[in-house]
Amino acid sequence: MPTGTDVAVPREGDTVIKAQTEADPIADPGLPPHVPRPTDVDERSEKRAERQVAALFGFSMVCAIGFCVAYFTLEIGDNPTVWLGYGASNVILGLSLGLALLSIGVGAIQWARKLMSDVEIVEHRHPIASNEESRTEAVAALSQGISDSGIGRRPLVRNTLIGAVGMLGLPVIVALRDLGPLPGSKLSHTVWRQGMRVVNDVAGTPITPDDLQIGQLVNGEPEVFFENKPDGEPKFEGTELLQAKAKAAVILVRMRPQDIHPAKGRENWGVEGILCYSKICTHVGCPISLWEQQTHHLLCPCHQSTFDLANNGKVIFGPAARPLPQLPLQVDSEGYLVAQSDFHEPVGPSFWERG
Amino acid sequence: MVAGISSNTRRAAKVEKTPKVAGVATWVDDRTGIATAAKSQIRKVFPDHWSFMLGEIALWSFVVLLLTGVFLTLWFKPSMGETVYDGSYANLKGIPMSDAYASTLNISFDVRGGLLMRQMHHWSAMLFIAAMFVHMMRVFFTGAFRKPREMNYMIGLLLLMLGILEGFAGYSLPDDLLSGTGLRIADGLIEAIPVVGSYLSFFLFGGEFPGDQIISRLYAVHILLIPGLLLALIGAHMLLLVYQKHTQWPGPGRTNDNVVGFPMLPVYAAKAGGFFFTVFGVTALMGGLLTINPIWMYGPYTPNQVTAGSQPDWYMGIAEGLLRAMPNWETHLAGFTISWNVLIPGVVVPGVLFTVMLLYPFIEAWITGDKREHHLLQRPRNAPTRTAFMVAMITLYGVLWAEGGNDILALVFHWNLNYITYTARGAVFILPVVAFIIARRWCISLQRQDQNRLLHGYESGIIMRSPEGAYAERHVPIGVNEAYELTARDRDPVVELPPEYDENGVRAPRSRAERLRARLSQFYFGNNIQKPTAEELEEAHEHAAHELEKASDGHQHLHGGDYTGDYELDGTAADGHQFDGRHYVDDEELRGH
Repeated sequence: MPTGTDVAVPREGDTVIKAQTEADPIADPGLPPHVPRPTDVDERSEKRAERQVAALFGFSMVCAIGFCVAYFTLEIGDNPTVWLGYGASNVILGLSLGLALLSIGVGAIQWARKLMSDVEIVEHRHPIASNEESRTEAVAALSQGISDSGIGRRPLVRNTLIGAVGMLGLPVIVALRDLGPLPGSKLSHTVWRQGMRVVNDVAGTPITPDDLQIGQLVNGEPEVFFENKPDGEPKFEGTELLQAKAKAAVILVRMRPQDIHPAKGRENWGVEGILCYSKICTHVGCPISLWEQQTHHLLCPCHQSTFDLANNGKVIFGPAARPLPQLPLQVDSEGYLVAQSDFHEPVGPSFWERG
Repeated sequence: MVAGISSNTRRAAKVEKTPKVAGVATWVDDRTGIATAAKSQIRKVFPDHWSFMLGEIALWSFVVLLLTGVFLTLWFKPSMGETVYDGSYANLKGIPMSDAYASTLNISFDVRGGLLMRQMHHWSAMLFIAAMFVHMMRVFFTGAFRKPREMNYMIGLLLLMLGILEGFAGYSLPDDLLSGTGLRIADGLIEAIPVVGSYLSFFLFGGEFPGDQIISRLYAVHILLIPGLLLALIGAHMLLLVYQKHTQWPGPGRTNDNVVGFPMLPVYAAKAGGFFFTVFGVTALMGGLLTINPIWMYGPYTPNQVTAGSQPDWYMGIAEGLLRAMPNWETHLAGFTISWNVLIPGVVVPGVLFTVMLLYPFIEAWITGDKREHHLLQRPRNAPTRTAFMVAMITLYGVLWAEGGNDILALVFHWNLNYITYTARGAVFILPVVAFIIARRWCISLQRQDQNRLLHGYESGIIMRSPEGAYAERHVPIGVNEAYELTARDRDPVVELPPEYDENGVRAPRSRAERLRARLSQFYFGNNIQKPTAEELEEAHEHAAHELEKASDGHQHLHGGDYTGDYELDGTAADGHQFDGRHYVDDEELRGH
């Protein structure tokens, strides 16, 4: 049984414990005597404390009523009551509710501190463990139960039971199958196709090279997001639109052609110094938007990965590992910027089978 | 069981009320037999200390979360179905958005008290997690996790982890631009998991991100699954607390075998009950006066927009910092991709940190070889290595937290963003070690100071002048209560290796584990200051008494202070105190002047 004295139990095995302890150098002087509070000995002081507590509880009632009054008198919605630039309803409801609750709390604590007995009570600890007898009985009962079941003697029953319960894991996992479709190759493709116009992401207007100044960045989207089906419904809407956007969002930047150092095979991916990159960060997928036109760097606001757009979207800082995918551009017969093809690699965050 | 119950009120208790209470009690006990359990619990004793209140803050803010959360469910629509906003917030009128976002706007602008409840819910979530963190540190610093409370410590850590998950799930529900960006990052983390990443992502989101499922699924997790687990674990946490009884600080009359404090009824019922209203009230004031998560300013989520300076709630800051500080390592192997840059900060490091914290009580118990029950708390200085370990963890957390806001730091202080990150990459390894060393030496210095107080008394502030003209400060012995408090701690036994050869000269092989434990034990306790033995204390006191005796000839021989000689002092206090240096002054007080 554990004791409160300063004696360490030597460990089993060969190790010995240095600095084995002696008895406490100073004997326990015992609990100091109780010192009465003013409220214990002075009736006036006791009465005052009583009045304080009651006043707090009374104030709480006032605040609760104040809450109800504020609820019905202060307007919200289209024509809210505003005080000092704040929505009066929220402020007054919060204040009245807060003070109503706080007064009860402070009152109760004051009651406990000033008026309830503050004589300390000593309670002895019981050992956490059961006594030896109970333990022996419990172990005996357990052994009896196990032996009665015959689980040790009948390995065939035991093993098939383990197998059966284990097999139940399969239905559990299989039943979750319909949580979502399989990824297939969805992560590897976007809606970009050869000849699809790059349009302004707000207005949906197509863009000509002359629309971009040198150093300018424009957020782009595929034109298909703004097109309608023959029946007049948009081709993409709701969830489908968000899913497609999450991969197809692009940025157009225009730099001086002599600043651009295209990689081999990308020499003709730009139009008059205009390049198009995926807007989705290759780290964990945030849309990238902070453009430093002097350095041609594009910074992700989430984790500060920085890409050099004059150098094929190369990562020059931050946790992203892969360059920003580039969308090959050309102009169509009407002089608008269009894609030469889809991206040549999956956009967005890395995943296992991405390659 | 309960000794020394007494009431200090001067009026007799009202006896005539008892039969009514007894009547109800009989009715209940006839049906439940609860009296057996209740008789010892009603007046159960809880020790008092301000730091025991930290867990209580967490508990009560959880209750506030349940209450305000139920209010919010009455209006919130956990759906990603598209709708066009037509509420009273003019800036977003006519904009397509999800039902979830529109209903959150509705709660904020068109339900009276709705914004208050939303903000109270968010503030109490902050409070819940913060209080759990601080409570955990209190338990850690004071050694309250030691046997028999290891299980309760582990439950507490689980509660903390679940609380953070719960917070993240709730934060994501409004489907605003900020929380949607958080989900996009979570999706990136999931996709980085080797082999199954993209499958898990598709299953979780019900298809390709963002899909139309995640909000309703997170809603079920947020209002049913995790709160259920939290409730069950909090129940277990409290049951174990009641059964094992609360730890207490050592002191006169407060030992490992008892609990000294106030009874549950009425004192703790009033104090704890009152504290619930206090926490609730403070949360309501915060909800009324302090704006939090103004989702109407962010706009609905769309995957191609983000705001510069986006920051998650504070408790996700460390995850954010890990992501930002990590170098961009990625391996391409046989047509497959392993994204170390996401895996390590997103999965590996948090997992390792959590596991280390979870196993810490067992690691320490293995090193000390201590199998006793501990119900007395330790002052952090008396466990220097443990304290230093926690300080190192806090430092690591702090570095990562700051790195999580590196863009904000760069903006506010005009620092170079890249240099902040490079510094953080080094600092996560260097600063915790530095903090560890400083904290440990600091603790040991404090132990030395305690030792000096015990052996030589406290610095009285009285300057004595000897006939020769030397000055020294008078040290006065401390009172017995304080001396007991300072010595009411365990010695730290350093585990030593057994001799390599036994008494017969036979070689006793020592296992690698034994050697490791001996080394760790030396590292843990080797530099600690042990409390004096009874003899040492006796010797020091005899020495002091001797000095006083010698002083009876009208002179005094002092030691201590900055000079070590045995000067003969004339016993005149230089500043005219009534302490004349010739007798113990245990019970005397300074003259008011």
